[in-house]
Amino acid sequence: MAQEVRTVDQRSPTATENPARRPNRPAFVPPSDIYETKDSIVVLAEMPGVAPDGVDITLERRVLTIRGRSAANEHGGYQRVYNEYADGDYERVFTLSENIDRDRIEATLKNGVLHLVLPKAETAKARRIELKS
Amino acid sequence: MALSEFPRLGFDPFIELRRMQSEMNRLSSGFGATTARDFPPINIWLGDNSVVVTAELPGVARDEVTISLQEDVLMLEGKREPKLQQDNVNWQRRERAYGTFSRAVQLPFRVDPEKVQARFDNGILEIELERLEADRPKKIEIRAA
Repeated sequence: MAQEVRTVDQRSPTATENPARRPNRPAFVPPSDIYETKDSIVVLAEMPGVAPDGVDITLERRVLTIRGRSAANEHGGYQRVYNEYADGDYERVFTLSENIDRDRIEATLKNGVLHLVLPKAETAKARRIELKS
Repeated sequence: MALSEFPRLGFDPFIELRRMQSEMNRLSSGFGATTARDFPPINIWLGDNSVVVTAELPGVARDEVTISLQEDVLMLEGKREPKLQQDNVNWQRRERAYGTFSRAVQLPFRVDPEKVQARFDNGILEIELERLEADRPKKIEIRAA
């Protein structure tokens, strides 16, 4: 299971202990898919506008923090006339209920979607217990 | 509106209440229209003789989106599909949307279909279109009499 920790509000930047967050930029909660397979937990988070070097992922004990900084979307000589989405950063925190093998975590970013594979630690995998006769 | 006796007295304490009620009705009737966002969300930037349309398309590959142009209407079409590596999975959270999408964008002027540039980086599609030469405003000189 992955439980979300609500540390960020959708559109109001709060004073959390995040030095990377720039002022005057909203922090969005990236819509995420999370699924569990036999031996890993997979997180897919939508962060359009974030380049691979703008992603920051930390796992501290069972708290997984995902942060993304999107590049400034400015067009010189152009004027913004219509707006449906805002530029901003992304932040989301989950608490995982499984122990993760942190040496084998894989993270890729493709087309603005973060793909995170968190392999379960050996101890967390279910073991069949045989009854002794 | 004139349901109360108060207008005859010169003031009506219920006017404000009724105004608030109609305002609430107006807000709630349009609620679905403003929250159900069209996909993809777009931004439009206007230059002197060109326009830039950007769209947020996370998880969509370059070959999964079709851009077409008809007169001054730009069409974005495509499909978002879940790309699972395994079938037998246990879902814990499904917040991302999937399915086909189609969006028509009305441009502020007619554009030259030969001068369209599109880039797609990190899930943001950026299309730059130039105004048609014949459509540009022309300055008219006044001849001296």
